[in-house]
Amino acid sequence: MSYFVRRTGQAIFTVFAVISLSFGIVRLLPGGPADYLRAQLIQQGGTISQAQLNQRIAAQTNLAPDKPLHLQYVDYIWQVLHLDFGTSIWYNQPVTEILGPAIPWTVFLMATALFIQFVIGVSLGAFMAYREGSRFDVGSTAVSLISNSIPFYVIGLLLITFLGYRMELFPTGGRYASGNAVALTNPDFLLSVLYHGTLPILSLVIASFGGWALTMRGNSIRILGEDYLRVARLRGLSERRIAFRYVGRNAILPMYTGLLIAIGFMFGGSVILEKIFAYPGVGYYLIQSIGQRDYPVMMGAFMLIAVAVTVGVFIADLTYGYVDPRAKGGQNSESY
Amino acid sequence: MSPTEGTSAQSDFETVAGERLSPGERYRELFEEIAIAPARIVMDDWRALLSVFIITGYLLAGTVGVMFIPKPRPNQGPALLGAFYNLAHPLGTTYSGVDILSQIVHATPAMLIMVCSGAVFSVVLGTVLGTIAGYKGGTVDSVIMTFTDVAMTLPGLVLVIVLAGALQDVLTGNPVVIGILLTINAWAGLARSIRSQVLTLRDQSYVEASRILGISTSKIIAIDIVPNIMPYVTMNFVQQARNVIFGSVALYFLGILPYSEANWGVMMNNAYSQAGAVSSPEAFHWILMPMIAIVILALGLTMFAQAADRLFNPRVRARHIDRGAENSAESKSTADKSTGVVR
Repeated sequence: MSYFVRRTGQAIFTVFAVISLSFGIVRLLPGGPADYLRAQLIQQGGTISQAQLNQRIAAQTNLAPDKPLHLQYVDYIWQVLHLDFGTSIWYNQPVTEILGPAIPWTVFLMATALFIQFVIGVSLGAFMAYREGSRFDVGSTAVSLISNSIPFYVIGLLLITFLGYRMELFPTGGRYASGNAVALTNPDFLLSVLYHGTLPILSLVIASFGGWALTMRGNSIRILGEDYLRVARLRGLSERRIAFRYVGRNAILPMYTGLLIAIGFMFGGSVILEKIFAYPGVGYYLIQSIGQRDYPVMMGAFMLIAVAVTVGVFIADLTYGYVDPRAKGGQNSESY
Repeated sequence: MSPTEGTSAQSDFETVAGERLSPGERYRELFEEIAIAPARIVMDDWRALLSVFIITGYLLAGTVGVMFIPKPRPNQGPALLGAFYNLAHPLGTTYSGVDILSQIVHATPAMLIMVCSGAVFSVVLGTVLGTIAGYKGGTVDSVIMTFTDVAMTLPGLVLVIVLAGALQDVLTGNPVVIGILLTINAWAGLARSIRSQVLTLRDQSYVEASRILGISTSKIIAIDIVPNIMPYVTMNFVQQARNVIFGSVALYFLGILPYSEANWGVMMNNAYSQAGAVSSPEAFHWILMPMIAIVILALGLTMFAQAADRLFNPRVRARHIDRGAENSAESKSTADKSTGVVR
């Protein structure tokens, strides 16, 4: 239980750090958003007074420049915690209304892709380890190496070139075909979502399963040589039980940190992927906002992605205790 | 190397090795240990050989190749010449007649600097923090790990995008800064894994012996701990290098980083946005060539990491060389054994 409390505290601290960081970027960076907006506004209308200027900046960045810095900071955190990210400069809409509907799409793409690549990678790696040295192992290792060496956006570009434009098998953009009633009960809509999500998910999976497979293979080979495995065989345990409970479990556990990092990496990658496939998720708006210098949307998207990653890692961390009994026992070791 | 007979007058502590090595012999042995042994292992493994070949190729392109291949400029050849059509422009030309080969080659030096700075930054920071946290334990560990976990949770690429977006007017096309920016939180994952490795090492009997002997903590870390995690660190260096390549090219491709000279990502961006390389077959080679350059370099780095794993990992090696012959727990370090050098 104390682990749960500690971990929750850490997650809250992370969110807090993200908001602070975003405040720092918006307010304190020289030449950053606040300065840029001010210069922009001064340039546009030569006649507006200082008070009006501050008001405009306050409306657009969530900051009131005439207040002392620490009060601005408190205000900023207060507003963000109330899900008020300011108003988009470009769309002239609250940021929440733009980004809110985009969140589920990004989560859908990333979570599906992460799940598929992990399952494929781990099973392939385990098979490779069991058939170590065989032709299957050599071939799969080569494929995994190549998969690990191609960035997902390169695969995305190739897929969209050939499957999207040349063969016209898959759509080259969008989240679902227009004309479908948007409802989870509408099977046409669900099919269309899957159809539009295939290429983005496929490019992430192709680019990442190899890394998992190679790690899993290495871990499994190491464990297959352990003494306790010989003992398990001598005890007459079934091969199936040995494969899953002894080898599988112990080989997957060290990959756990990698999984945590992958969650952050995937959401970071969403920016590139959604741009290539014109898929209006959070990352798509983030890229657009940078081109448009739409700072409220930019910072809002940054905070949303960071919070999504924090929640993902938090959930993964809590479930880890159930997978690995050792993690439950306190982590307090003797200090030197 | 046992004490020689008939030296009963001396105490055991003053006994030295029975035979002396001349300085020449010692240097030869050292050379054998650090240069010939790894080279021999590399020669035995075609994948390692290929990776060394690829990496050397890029290094040469970035240093020597830049001198021989003319700088890219418009109208070097006909516009949008396909790849492999003539020898003057083997990889074809762009929309404005720029030779693609020369663009790729001239983008290499900046890329190599970026890759090195990013990899060095993240690996040094990650190793130092991870080692200290794992070895010291207690409060130091908690503090470092809290920061590490927070840093690890931040989506690095998004943070870089936002920073680059916010700093568009300030950020210059300085490859060292970009490399470090790209690995701004990559050290965290490494620190966490290094910590868990050090946690198992710190309770080994030889480390405990050093502690009992009263050797200082910094010395124990430097002599007993760090050499054992070096293989892991090497592999991570290569992985980070790969990530810097992927990340930087992605950001240049998206047009987020400011640029002044040729870059693979910028080439892809131009091909994508100016010529519609994705939808028009005539311009496809323009976007394909930089992608191939990235993939081959990344492949070389990945295979190098694999080779490093085999080179350093005694367990994997032992399984393949001689089953059951090497069971000693302290045989964790390095490739010494293949040359018969015992420390």
